[in-house]
Amino acid sequence: MTDPWIVFDVTLAVGLLAVAWLSLASRDAFRMIVLFMMFGLLASLGWVRLNAPDVALAEAAVGAGITGALLLRTLSALRHEPKEPSTALPTAFIAGVLSLMITTALVVAFILAPDLATGYDRDVGARMDQSGVTNPVTAVLLNFRSYDTLLEIVVLAAALTIVLMLGSKPIALRPLGPLFVPFAKVIVPVSIIIAGYLLWLGASRPGGAFQAAAVLGAGGIVLILGRHYDPQERHGGMIRLICAIGLGGFVLAAIGAQILTGDMLRYPQGQEKIWIIIIEATLTVSVAATLAALFVGATRREGRP
Amino acid sequence: MSWAELLGVGLMGLGAVFFVAGTVGILRFPDVFSRLHAVTKADNLGLGLVAAGTGIMTADGFVAAKLALVWLLIAVSGAIGGHLIARHALRDKT
Repeated sequence: MTDPWIVFDVTLAVGLLAVAWLSLASRDAFRMIVLFMMFGLLASLGWVRLNAPDVALAEAAVGAGITGALLLRTLSALRHEPKEPSTALPTAFIAGVLSLMITTALVVAFILAPDLATGYDRDVGARMDQSGVTNPVTAVLLNFRSYDTLLEIVVLAAALTIVLMLGSKPIALRPLGPLFVPFAKVIVPVSIIIAGYLLWLGASRPGGAFQAAAVLGAGGIVLILGRHYDPQERHGGMIRLICAIGLGGFVLAAIGAQILTGDMLRYPQGQEKIWIIIIEATLTVSVAATLAALFVGATRREGRP
Repeated sequence: MSWAELLGVGLMGLGAVFFVAGTVGILRFPDVFSRLHAVTKADNLGLGLVAAGTGIMTADGFVAAKLALVWLLIAVSGAIGGHLIARHALRDKT
C-alpha cells in the first residue's frame, strides 16, 4: 500500500517548482521577492516532510523571513525600472548550459553516492554522549563540526563588513500609524522570550542559535521600523562590537580549547554543555545584531576616503 | 475514534473551510480592502480553529499552550499587517 502522504508530497514538489519558476519568470521585482519568500516557506514544509525540523526552522526564519526582509529593504533603496521584456539570447543560453551542467553534476553525485540510508547518523549516534547535548544536530553544529559553524560566522561578519564599507542608502522610515506601538509592545518582548526558548531548546530538540537569532533580529527590526530605536552614528562603535563579539568569542573559544585540550574546538571533557551554551548565547545576540544591522545598513560618512 | 479525536478533526476541518473561503475571497474580490477583509478573517478564525483542533488532539497542556501562543502571534501580526497594507493603499489612492 502506498503512503497516503504521497499526494501531499507530490503537490508540494510541484508547488515548489511552480513557485520557483514564477519567481524567476516574473518581470516585477516586488512580485519576484514575494514569490521567493513563498518558495522559502514551501521549502521549509519540504524539510518538515524530510524529517529535518532543524533545517525547516532555519529555512522559515532565515530563508523566508530575514532574507525576504533584506530583499524588500534593498528593493526600497533601488530606483527600480521594470525589466526589459527580452533577455539577450547569449546570456539566456549560457545560463541554461551552466544550469544543465550543475543539474547533471547533482544527478551524477546522487547516483554515485555510497549507501544513502545511513549518512552520518551512526557515527554521530555513537559519540552523542561525548557531545554534551542530546540534539544530534546541535552536537554536529557546535561540537563535532563546529569548525564549519565558525566559518559560517566568518561569512556573516564579512558580509556585514562589506555593507558597512560600501555604505547604503538610508532606510526611509514612514509613519506606521497608531496601531504599530501596541503591536511592538507585544511582539518585541515576546520575540526575546521566544529567542531564549529556541536557544535553550537547541540542546535537546530542534532549535538553536541561528533560529533564535533570526527571531531576535526580527524583533530588533520591528523596533527600528517603529522608530522606537534610531541607530545613531554615535552608537556605531557599540553596534559593531556586538556584531563582532560572536565571531570574536568563537575564536577565543577555539584558542582556549586549543590551550586546554591541545585540539582546536575540542571542549574540555565534562564541560561541553557549558561551552556550547556560552558560544550559542553569544552567537544568538551577535547574529541577531548583525541581521538587524544588515537591514539598516550604514550611511557613508562624507569627506572620508 | 475517540470523542477528542472526532472533535479535533471536526475543528480542523472547519478551520480548513475558512481558509478555502479566504482564498476564494482573495481571488474573487475586486479591490485591496475587500481582499484584506477576506484574508484576515480567514487567517485568524481558520488558524484558531486548526490550532484548537490540534491542541485537543495532542492532549498535552504545554503543546496546547504553545499552539495558542502561535495563534495569538499570527493573529496580532495578521491584524497589524492588514492595517499597514490598508493604510498604504488608502494613501496611494488619495
